[in-house]
Amino acid sequence: MNEPLLEVKNLKVHFPVNSGPFTRAKEFVRAVDGVGFTIAPGETVGLVGESGCGKTTLGRAVIRLVEATEGQIIFEGEDLTRLKGSALRTRRRRFQMIFQDPYGSLNPRATVENIIGEALDIHHLAANAAARRQRVENLLQDVGLDASHAQRFPHEFSGGQRQRIGIARALAVEPKLIVCDEPVSALDVSVQAQIVNLLRGLQREHGIAYLFVAHDLAVVRHLSRRILVMYLGRIVEAGGAKKTCQSPKHPYTQALISAVPVVDPDSKRQRIILSGDVPSPIHPPSGCPFHPRCPVAEARCRTEVPALREIEPGHWVACHLAGGPAEITEKSSGRTETAPRAGA
Amino acid sequence: MPLLEIRNLQIDFGRGPSALRAVDGVSLTLEPGKALCLVGESGSGKSVTALSIARLLGSPPARYAGGEILLEGRDVLRMRAAELRSVRGGVVSYVFQEPGASLNPVFRIGNQIKEALKLHRPEAATDAEVVRLLKLAGIPAPEARIRNYPHEMSGGMQQRAMIAMALAPQPKLLVADEPTTALDVTIQAQIIELLSRLQEQLGMAILLITHNLGIVGDIADDVAVMYAGQIVETAPAGELLKRPLHPYTQALMNSVPSLDSEVQRLTAIPGAVPRLGAFPAGCRFHPRCARAQAECSQKQPVLVEVEPRRWVRCPFWNATGLNINPGTARQQDPSQVLGQALRSGGRGER
Repeated sequence: MNEPLLEVKNLKVHFPVNSGPFTRAKEFVRAVDGVGFTIAPGETVGLVGESGCGKTTLGRAVIRLVEATEGQIIFEGEDLTRLKGSALRTRRRRFQMIFQDPYGSLNPRATVENIIGEALDIHHLAANAAARRQRVENLLQDVGLDASHAQRFPHEFSGGQRQRIGIARALAVEPKLIVCDEPVSALDVSVQAQIVNLLRGLQREHGIAYLFVAHDLAVVRHLSRRILVMYLGRIVEAGGAKKTCQSPKHPYTQALISAVPVVDPDSKRQRIILSGDVPSPIHPPSGCPFHPRCPVAEARCRTEVPALREIEPGHWVACHLAGGPAEITEKSSGRTETAPRAGA
Repeated sequence: MPLLEIRNLQIDFGRGPSALRAVDGVSLTLEPGKALCLVGESGSGKSVTALSIARLLGSPPARYAGGEILLEGRDVLRMRAAELRSVRGGVVSYVFQEPGASLNPVFRIGNQIKEALKLHRPEAATDAEVVRLLKLAGIPAPEARIRNYPHEMSGGMQQRAMIAMALAPQPKLLVADEPTTALDVTIQAQIIELLSRLQEQLGMAILLITHNLGIVGDIADDVAVMYAGQIVETAPAGELLKRPLHPYTQALMNSVPSLDSEVQRLTAIPGAVPRLGAFPAGCRFHPRCARAQAECSQKQPVLVEVEPRRWVRCPFWNATGLNINPGTARQQDPSQVLGQALRSGGRGER
């Protein structure tokens, strides 16, 4: 039970820029630049960051929709980066994905039954047509839809309902891990609440772990036990969900929290409005990648890259100014700095 | 005189017996320099209402079935083409939800903004003015940006470019239709803050449309909540956020996730927004309302001023000791709602 379900070590995903059959790439988009974390069985780990920070790429790399350039992805004790062909295909039953765009992620020409049933077909999970139909109906009911919806097409449903179909499809193969890539960002706030509650209920019932990728901290907070904050391809803060939201240590996390919309008429809180956009991952800034937008950056921040260190048990931050002298080196504890452990 | 006054607006799609009423008797007032937020879920009719202010709806299929839209005292629905052209941009300007889809992908930003200037302020159609507008919209290094194509800018930058374009003709009213829904929360905060600052700086009125009550507090003076083509509550922003009166407003507020709450389960509104032509009989919200009583499925409630400047469309807005029946608020399949409406004889309104 103490074995993590997923352990990611020093993952890097670099995309070459301007390379072709005759030119070798001289520059790379460092989308994911040395990330490590774990997920325990049945746990939700939230992954937060702005557009362009690499969180979607990280989510896809973990389930090998995108190939990692370096690093290890150890799922149920096996390194996924080393698997190929049919071995990989059979493992794919154990991890699935839910996508952001409820309109683009469903085949518009297939019925709901076939969209969900395709997963069953690929993994030979239904003995015959009747069993397949029954399983699809059960799944539809599990996600709050009606069995009669099986014969309809995606365009006949609302955004929230399509997202439910996507969830049913992911559930069909009984995975142990689902990567949820911004599953509620495209939905109205009230519908978001429905989907978040559904995901939580399914987790309790089936013991599924989630890697929940999103840019909205408030939504992530409701589902996650641990939160990872990403910036320009690296994790800048990691810790328990409640702790990280209540007392964030990294200036970027503090800004993210301050940006969350709050229904409070008297909120005279000082909003930390970050200036500018996320810098280019091809030419990341020197030193700490966040320093150009950081309200408290010092001279040191421009030259030295801060290491991800454990400033409190289970709480990791990559910032020169955070926490005290609680730096844990590789030698003293045997832990590497890029592997915050779940449940610590 | 109010800058914008919408009186009992009714908009149909289609004609004859199969016409669907998307906006059903909406009335709104906006004073010069003030900000009004129009809040509602997808399908409530808020975008249709907003687009009709400059008569931007394609008609057909839209049909203005009744009411008036008074901009500075003149009825937009009865204007002739020339006057309408000067109003669009000159008095009211728009910013839309997806800047990537609203900007012309084959023209540079500078040219697109200059186009807006040429139409309304030809004497000011210069690069210098474009740079000034980009700076006003908070775009850094504007001299370089005027040569950018939209795809060379991030979502937040594109939205700022759109805002600059909307400001070019110096409008008195800026209509922003879900301007931040497609953006990250940090950029959302930037854009809302920008709009609020522009409102102050330029004395410009803002009509902001959104489905998220969480951003209302940062910018609105007044709020109007829409559901199924009708306004169900209006109030000054602070009052509404502190003490929402209509059950739908309360439910919307409860579904905004919060960082502080210890509550693990988000309060979702069961069911879905009814589709046009499939409105329930009586109160349109009653199948999803935790407070629904027997009469709610029979009588259509009217908008009543229950306190100074506070209007609510619900007879039970302050009723205590109610028989709260959570069973009423069960999940409704849209096809069931349609069945209900058909059985009650018609389009469900009136």
